[in-house]
Amino acid sequence: MPPPRAARVAAVDWSRVALNVALPVVGVVFALLLGAVMLVILKANPLAAYAALVNGAVGTRFGITQTLVKATPLLLVGLGICIAFRANVINIGGEGQIIAGALMATWFPLFFHAWPGWLLIPATMIVGFLAGGFWGFIPGILKARLNVNEILSTIMLNAIALQFMNLLLQGPLMDPAGVAARTFLAQSAQLPHQVWLPRLVPRTLLHAGAIVAVLLAVVVYVFLWRTTIGYDIRAVGLNPDAARYSGINVPTFQALSLTLAGGFAGLAGVVEVIGVQHRLLEGLTSGYGFTGIVAALLGSLHPIGLIPASVLFGGLLVGADTMQRAVQVPSSLVDAILGLVVLFVSGSALWSRRWASRRRATEQTGQEEVA
Amino acid sequence: MKSVFSGAVIIGMLNTMMGLATPFLYAALGETIAQTSGVVNLGVDGIMLLSAFAAFYAALTTGSLWLGLLAGALVGLVMGLLMSLVSVTLKAEQGVSGIGLYMFGLGMSSLLFKILVGTVKTVVGFPPVPIPLLADIPFIGPILFRNSLPVYGAFLLVPVVWWMLEKTTLGLKIKSVGQNPAAADSVGINVDRIRYLSVCLGAALAGIAGASLSISLLNLFQDNLTAGQGFIAVALVYFGAWSPVGVLGGALLFSVVNSFQLWVQVLGVKIPSSVAVMLPYILTIAALTVTVNRMRQPAALNKPFERGES
Repeated sequence: MPPPRAARVAAVDWSRVALNVALPVVGVVFALLLGAVMLVILKANPLAAYAALVNGAVGTRFGITQTLVKATPLLLVGLGICIAFRANVINIGGEGQIIAGALMATWFPLFFHAWPGWLLIPATMIVGFLAGGFWGFIPGILKARLNVNEILSTIMLNAIALQFMNLLLQGPLMDPAGVAARTFLAQSAQLPHQVWLPRLVPRTLLHAGAIVAVLLAVVVYVFLWRTTIGYDIRAVGLNPDAARYSGINVPTFQALSLTLAGGFAGLAGVVEVIGVQHRLLEGLTSGYGFTGIVAALLGSLHPIGLIPASVLFGGLLVGADTMQRAVQVPSSLVDAILGLVVLFVSGSALWSRRWASRRRATEQTGQEEVA
Repeated sequence: MKSVFSGAVIIGMLNTMMGLATPFLYAALGETIAQTSGVVNLGVDGIMLLSAFAAFYAALTTGSLWLGLLAGALVGLVMGLLMSLVSVTLKAEQGVSGIGLYMFGLGMSSLLFKILVGTVKTVVGFPPVPIPLLADIPFIGPILFRNSLPVYGAFLLVPVVWWMLEKTTLGLKIKSVGQNPAAADSVGINVDRIRYLSVCLGAALAGIAGASLSISLLNLFQDNLTAGQGFIAVALVYFGAWSPVGVLGGALLFSVVNSFQLWVQVLGVKIPSSVAVMLPYILTIAALTVTVNRMRQPAALNKPFERGES
């Protein structure tokens, strides 16, 4: 007989949560220390660099809002990564999926510019989600039907999406004003005002997309842990063989999770377009597709853990720009640090696994003693 | 389109192909060794980037191309050690640790370039070395025998890697830890040591691949110089079904498309450049789709080995 529902809900293993928080934090500290060593070797002052970084991220009111602005797409991409990684598929295609969503979020409001905002904003979000989902569905179906490695196909689809965006920005989507002024900037026309997401704090870029992202984090949590489909997705990831024996169609659920991952990345593209830029331009993805993976790993692939992780990395990205301006330490230092964080977190999974199995063993012996 | 298919253009196109195939060959042959031992090193692109910078910087400051090549290989080796530590000793999910290695290489090469060099500079790369007599053979000579030393090295590496994997004891050990690590372990083969060796050897070759880009093919360094070539090299290993000869076929096919794309643009044929740049990536996906020979995939690929498990 299964335990009563209340007991299951209450059974949060706090020591496991503590470990899931501690390991990534140690990883980030460790990576920052290594970064400091690199700076010393390169004859730069690490204290000044990190002080500028922290100051840029949280030192001013504008800095804090910028941190949240950058955390928003990271959270959205990361939610998709959580779903995909939980099903044991690795989605490296965030960049391409963001572009797919952003393209749709540009074309749709420009085409349906007469629609009122209350209709246009949700419609744009939905079509952007679908576009990103389509770009995730391609590697998903290729994996399910033809066993094509999704890591490689998503990387190729990133490059294809990027070139496709460039093609459209040089042609049909190019701003008619730029063509008329003969500047030929590779950017689209500005979107109609009613599709712009409302600003949460005046005179900053912080937009309502941040709230949408947090709400969706809760939705994804409920989806993964309180619905049958979510349960099946996690079962596929935990043990594909056992899932297959219990009648779950493993390839279908892996394709589904890649599609959903693409959808969330697509939504990240949407909020960048209608929340921040109000038009499509080159470099819009800013590497969010990759940084979102780091955030998801740091959040222990948990939608709620992802919220603080996204804010942390949003802050790192904002601070990196400030650091580059203030003390001339290139912001690419943060990219290198992100790589080290991933190496550390993926390397420390062994300890957390061993710890869990040891704990299970002691719990079992404890129960036997009671019996 | 007539000019595209004239004899001189075809010779030029195929000679360009040889050069373009070079980094793919070094990187993909190295990855073949690593994957044969059961480890997917997805960080090839990051290794290539950092090594490309190291080779470029060494050549720029010392004036010696050979020191540059050595620097590239050494940086690759160190990156290989890092990858082995995380993926073999700490048994990380290889796809994820590879992405970490990629991001580290991408960020670190850009950081070092901006601090140590700063502006766009060029080096005089390896010159073409025509092979006496052979270089004068019509058609074939100018394509095959008027290349630089790193290009010859890449093509000679194909039989060398084949021989090492198929005909030596070391090759047998590498295959055995990739197929059945538990069995290899039970007959006294040190699984971790063989995997370290394979990953490091592969990473050193990826380092030479990066060096061949920055001091032989392009003769410069810039941010994200590889533009994802390391990932394509990993795809070529799947396409070539873990055989050096298959990898050679894939690298040539890929490079001929790339070379065609470059020449078409040089000759001013009206194709939007983004469509032309897209072609190789579409080709890679298509190639991955039609690769059916999965029987050759090392059985323990992407699976960390833990004694006493299963």
